[in-house]
Amino acid sequence: MKDERNPQVPTEEGRSQPPLADGAPALTTRGTPPGPPIRRREGDEIHPFPETAVGEGDVRPVGRGRGDAAAFWALLVAEVGFILGVFYGHHLLGALAAPLQGRGNFWNGLVAAALFLLLYFFAVPRLRRRPAPGEAGAAEGTSLWRDAWRRLQKNKLAVFGLIVVNLTIVAAVAGPSIIQRYTGYTYDYIPPESELIRSFPPLTAPGGSFSWTHPMGTDSEGRDILARVLLGGRISLMVGVISTFVSLIIGITYGATAGYLGGKVDDVMMRVVDVLYAIPYMMIVIVLLAFFGGQSPLGQLFLLFAALGAVSWLTMARIVRGQVMSLKNQEFVLAARATGVSTPKIIFRHLVPNALGPVIVYATLTIPSVMLQEAFLSFLGLGVQAPLASWGSLASQGIQNIAVFPWQLIFPGVTMALTLFSLNFLGDGLRDALDPQMRKF
Amino acid sequence: MFRFILRRLIVTVPMVLIVVTLTWGLIRLAPGNFYSGEKKLPPAIEKNIREKYGLDRPWYVQYGRMMSNIVRLDFGNSLKYETESVNDILRRTLPVSAAIGVCAYLLALAVGVTMGTLAALRQNSKLDYASMALAMLGISVPNFVLGPILVLVFALSLYWLPPARWGGFPSWNIVLPVLTLSAVYMAYIARLTRSGMLEVLRSDYIRTARAKGLSERDVVIRHALRGGLLPVVSFTGPALALLVAGTVVTERIFAMPGLGNYFINANLNRDEPLIIGIVAFISVMILLFNLLVDIAYAFLDPRIRY
Repeated sequence: MKDERNPQVPTEEGRSQPPLADGAPALTTRGTPPGPPIRRREGDEIHPFPETAVGEGDVRPVGRGRGDAAAFWALLVAEVGFILGVFYGHHLLGALAAPLQGRGNFWNGLVAAALFLLLYFFAVPRLRRRPAPGEAGAAEGTSLWRDAWRRLQKNKLAVFGLIVVNLTIVAAVAGPSIIQRYTGYTYDYIPPESELIRSFPPLTAPGGSFSWTHPMGTDSEGRDILARVLLGGRISLMVGVISTFVSLIIGITYGATAGYLGGKVDDVMMRVVDVLYAIPYMMIVIVLLAFFGGQSPLGQLFLLFAALGAVSWLTMARIVRGQVMSLKNQEFVLAARATGVSTPKIIFRHLVPNALGPVIVYATLTIPSVMLQEAFLSFLGLGVQAPLASWGSLASQGIQNIAVFPWQLIFPGVTMALTLFSLNFLGDGLRDALDPQMRKF
Repeated sequence: MFRFILRRLIVTVPMVLIVVTLTWGLIRLAPGNFYSGEKKLPPAIEKNIREKYGLDRPWYVQYGRMMSNIVRLDFGNSLKYETESVNDILRRTLPVSAAIGVCAYLLALAVGVTMGTLAALRQNSKLDYASMALAMLGISVPNFVLGPILVLVFALSLYWLPPARWGGFPSWNIVLPVLTLSAVYMAYIARLTRSGMLEVLRSDYIRTARAKGLSERDVVIRHALRGGLLPVVSFTGPALALLVAGTVVTERIFAMPGLGNYFINANLNRDEPLIIGIVAFISVMILLFNLLVDIAYAFLDPRIRY
């Protein structure tokens, strides 16, 4: 977690200085890659002198609100950490259950969900709070993160997305163990022949064969669909987050290196990216999964993380490169270089933290697209394997019985669509909030 | 311009070779092959098979042979469909995939551009919000959910359209797959058109056109669309990559005998010649299309010079 006075980012002091007059030539977007244009934003402390860069008047010094960066990071950690934590938390908490399984310790899920909500409600009020008069940050204005949060709150669809995404996470985290506690069903529990229930969800139930044990009905094997959808949510979200994380690591490293070194290295590195763009990599991923997969469900999952992460870093690399190129000629980098900081350190501790805004926005939009790709692969039988489930594999099982038991497809499908819908709106909203000039009018 | 095309064409060749090499390498590195199925073959037969397909030779000989075959456009016979050469299969399946893909893209273009333009012209109106929400829905609903729901409604409940299978090109069978496949493009194109048009509509040359007294129709159709559609043109390249993934799933849903379906089956059967043939073919198609898009871009946008 990052503190607002974190010495790890020494450049932040420099960034709150009022703009200097020159430096415009260094900041023009000359030589930036094709792809999303890199624009400066008003009131953005990432760029020390944004106004001169775009030739706008109205020079407004930008101060830092206290604690809001910390709050924003708390949010991020809550979002990302808990998806990860739930799967490995079983180990950490010493529970007997294997990771990735919806069974086992009832309290694990609840504790994780409660911690998630706690962190969340710790973070949100801090972002919402306006600085009191006289407090640091009050007079100078507002900070990037607080501004962004305020703008995000005005965007109804983004708020809707935020709420739905969080509900999905909490449900996926806490749901399976609650279900197991109260109905005894886990995602892979197939009841013996004598107890097999052919259950229908509410509206389709003929003669009242609806039971509260299976609000979404059962699948053709007699397993509880709700438990499977929740587990599918866990796995789909996990694939989305982890693969995006993998692509972040590759993309940031690659883009920042190319952008900072520049020259011939940059030329070659970006030409490689151009070449990779034109490759139909989904085909290669399909070949990879078909030939190397199928050893074990868990191994398959790791293959998915790696494969999807490895093919979705290209745009990220371009974005980071553009950001780094616009930052690298500024005083704080010069100062770092003058004091003898090594190149990798300059890149990762000075440049990358300053380029994070657009990166976060793009990462939010990468998550749904990766989830969609995972669902495609699982739908084709190449992704997540039984007895584990993801929304894609549930849909592919559902489609076989579509004429008779349509809900077997509709419940996982609609859950997935709703989640992707919310994630996309959230990502769009974040982009508008963090980067108002990128907004599509 | 000519030099640019030439250079791009020359770059295309090694890129296809890279993709094919990568695929071949993956197939070879993986444990097992087409013949290591459930039934264990007697050693003598296995030896004969290995000799017949050259699997007993060192890897570089095999690689060289495959490459020289590819350069001569001879992909050999499929292992699964033994009587058919890969070229025959490509010839048989391509029309199916192409029909679905092209129809879907044209439909998406027509609907998407109309929707996007209308949304841009009436910015912040109800129409704008509705069409953008619809577009977001199109991006978010996976086509393996949309397809079955369409089947459920139009084929299994209303009995208007056949639910699946290929029935020749102009036939009712193609309607549902095309709708399913085009939803995503429609959404992307509508969003791209809207943002492109919004940017163009504020530009000086549109103001000039209005000042000249042109009718709103002329301003939009003859002046604004040309600039506003540039993002859509450049989307065509990535769209093709999407199309490959999309057709695979769509053909799977509707049991269409297209390239995508065969590609998945070939992977599940470990049918090496067929996989390599399809990968090489699709890579060439995508690279050529990207080149065409770049050329078209240069014609449409006078600011671009190669």
